[in-house]
Amino acid sequence: MTEDRRVFDYLLRLADSDLVLAQRLGEWVGHGPVLEEDIALTNVGLDLLGQARLWFAYAGEVEARFAEAGRSEDALAFLRDSGEFRNLLLVEQPNGNYADTMARQFYFDVWHQLLLVKLAHSRDPRIAEIAVKAEKEVVYHAERSADWIIRLGDGTDESHARIQAAIDDLWMYTGEMFDPDEIDTPLAEEGIGCDLRALEPAWREAVGSVLDEATLTLPGGTWMQRGGKKGVHTEHLGHMLATMQWLPRTYRGAEW
Amino acid sequence: MYAQMVDTGANKLRALEDMGPEERAFQERVDADVKIEPKDWMPEAYRKTLIRQISQHAHSEIVGMLPEGNWITRAPSLKRKAILMAKVQDEAGHGLYLYAAAETLGVSRDQLVADLHAGKAKYSSIFNYPTLTWADIGAIGWLVDGAAIMNQIPLCRCSFGPYSRAMIRVCKEESFHQRQGFDIMMTLCRGSAEQKAMAQDALNRWWWPSLMMFGPPDADSVHSAQSAQWKIKILSNDELRQRFVDQTVPQADYLGITMPDPELKWNAERGHYDFGPIDWDELYNVVKGNGPCNRDRLQTRVKAWEEGAWVREAALAYAEKRAARAQKAA
Amino acid sequence: MERSEWPLWEIFIRSQHGLAHKHVGSLHAPDPEMAIKNARDVYTRRNEGVSIWAVRSADVTATAPGEKGPLFEPANSKIYRHPTFFPMPDEVKHI
Repeated sequence: MTEDRRVFDYLLRLADSDLVLAQRLGEWVGHGPVLEEDIALTNVGLDLLGQARLWFAYAGEVEARFAEAGRSEDALAFLRDSGEFRNLLLVEQPNGNYADTMARQFYFDVWHQLLLVKLAHSRDPRIAEIAVKAEKEVVYHAERSADWIIRLGDGTDESHARIQAAIDDLWMYTGEMFDPDEIDTPLAEEGIGCDLRALEPAWREAVGSVLDEATLTLPGGTWMQRGGKKGVHTEHLGHMLATMQWLPRTYRGAEW
Repeated sequence: MYAQMVDTGANKLRALEDMGPEERAFQERVDADVKIEPKDWMPEAYRKTLIRQISQHAHSEIVGMLPEGNWITRAPSLKRKAILMAKVQDEAGHGLYLYAAAETLGVSRDQLVADLHAGKAKYSSIFNYPTLTWADIGAIGWLVDGAAIMNQIPLCRCSFGPYSRAMIRVCKEESFHQRQGFDIMMTLCRGSAEQKAMAQDALNRWWWPSLMMFGPPDADSVHSAQSAQWKIKILSNDELRQRFVDQTVPQADYLGITMPDPELKWNAERGHYDFGPIDWDELYNVVKGNGPCNRDRLQTRVKAWEEGAWVREAALAYAEKRAARAQKAA
Repeated sequence: MERSEWPLWEIFIRSQHGLAHKHVGSLHAPDPEMAIKNARDVYTRRNEGVSIWAVRSADVTATAPGEKGPLFEPANSKIYRHPTFFPMPDEVKHI
C-alpha cells in the first residue's frame, strides 16, 4: 500500500468516527432530558460534524493523488457502504438512555483528546492544522462528558446503576482505540499518525480518576471487540447508514 | 402565529376613565411606550395573558423542533445536516429564552411544561402538520419562519420588557432561518424535475396552514383588541397575513412554483394580493387536537420529559450532596 | 414524581470589545459549573463572549419599583455629571 493510500484510509477513520457520532447525537435533538442539555449536546454534535467535514475534505485531496479524482465530502459520507466505513465500533452503538449516550461520549472524548494532542504534532501539516482546531473543541467535550459521568455516578441510586451498566456494556468497544494495525503503525513511525498503544495508559488514568470521583468501578474485562477500522461493524451501522444515505442514493446525482 | 388565539379574559375594552388609579397609571405607561418590568404593578389579566402568550410561544418553539428534527438524520448533504442541526438547536434556545421571560412573571418552567403535557396549554397549529419530504424543510424555513419573523419583529416593541428583550434576541438569531429555507427551495427548483415537483408539493401542503398561523380573522375578536391596547400584540392577524401574502407571492414566482390558490391575484386598486377563503374549520380542528400530528408531537415531548426525569434528578441530587459535603468541611 | 426544578441562574457575558459584563438572559442548571457550561452553550453559540458570570437568580438583590423615585430621581437634577452640560467652543478640539 502506498503512503497516500494509507493516509487516505487513516483520514477516513478520523472522519467516519466523527460523522457517525455526530449522526447519533443528531438523533437526540429535540429529545434531550432538559432544554439546556439538548442545546449543549447538539453543540458537541455540530463540532464533530464540522471536524468530519475537515477530515473528509483533506481525504478527498489525498485520494486525488492516487485515484483519478478525489471524492467530495458528500460522496464519501453518503455513497460508501458500511464495509467501507472506518469508524470505531464504539461510536455507532445506539443512543440507548442518557447514561448510555454519556458513557459512549466519555470513553470517546477522552481518547479523542489524547489522539488530537498527538496529531497536532503530525509531520503532515494539514493533519496537524485540523487536529489543533479540533482539539480545542474536544477539550470542552471531554469536560462536559466527565461532568455528567460524575453527576450520574454520584447522583441517585437509579442514575448510579444506569451509568455503571452503561460503562460496563460499552467497555468491550474501547480496546479498538488502542489497537494499531498495518496502517497505524507505519504512519506512527513516520510521524504522521500516532502510537495508539501509547495513548492507553493516559486514557486509563483519566477515565479511572473520573470514575473514582463518580463512585463508579472501572470494568476489568479484557476481551475486546474490534473490526471498525477494517469495515467489519456491528449490526447498528447498516441501519444508521440506511437512514442517513437514503435521500442522495434515491436521487443519484442530485444537488441539494 | 406562534401564539394563536390567546385568551385575555377580557370581554370588553375599558377606557382610561373606567380604570382605577393603578391601572390607569399602568395603561398610561404602556401608551407612552415605557416598558413594563416584572416587579411593576400590572393588571392580573395582563400578567395571566402574558404567561399564556409567552408560554404558547415557547411551547411552539419546542414542539417546532420535532417536525424539522425529523430530517436531521436524513439531511441530504453534510452542509445541510449542519445547518439543520444548528437551526433546530436555535429553536431550543428560543424556547428557553421565552420560558425565562415567562418565569419573570412568577411561574416556573416546570409548571408551564406540565400544562403543555397535560394538553392545557396550546402551541402553534402549524407544527401539527407532518414533514414528508426534504422539501418540507425548505418550505418550513421559507414560509413558517417567514410568517414567524413577520409577527416577531413588531413584538420586539411589545410593552413587557422581558418578552421584548427575548424577541430581540430571537429575531437576531432567526434571520438565517428563513434564508436557509428559501435556499433549499431554490436549489430544488433549479434541480431535476423530481426535485421541483417535491418543492411544489411542499408549497401545496404548507401554504394554507402557513396563512392559518396568523390566527382567525380580526372581526369581533375582543381578545385581539385587548392585547393591542396592552401592546402585547402590535399588528392585527389580517394585517400580518396580508403582508405575508404580499411578500411571499413574488418569491414563489421567482422560484417558478405556484400557490395552491386559484383565486390568488394582484389587486391593483388595493395594492395587495387578493386570496381565496381560508378553511377556518381546519384551523379550529387542528387547534382542538385533530391535526395530523397532534398526538405524536405531544407524546414525543412527554416521553422525552419523562425519560429525562432521572437525569435531572441525578444532577440535583449530586449538587445537594456536594453542597452538604462543602458545608461539613467548612 | 420529580422533586424540584433545577435552580434558575442569571447569565452575564463580556463580549470581545472590552465592555463590562452584560446581562444576556437566564437558564436552569443544577450547580455553578453546569450553569457556566450551559451558559457557554446557550448564550455564546455565535461567538458572543469571552467571559461568563453566572449568578443564582435567588441571590440577586434588586430595587423595588416603589423606590424608583428616591433612588433615581436625584440623579436627574445632577446634569453636570453629563459631559454635554459643558458646551465647548467649536474651535477647541480633542476635549
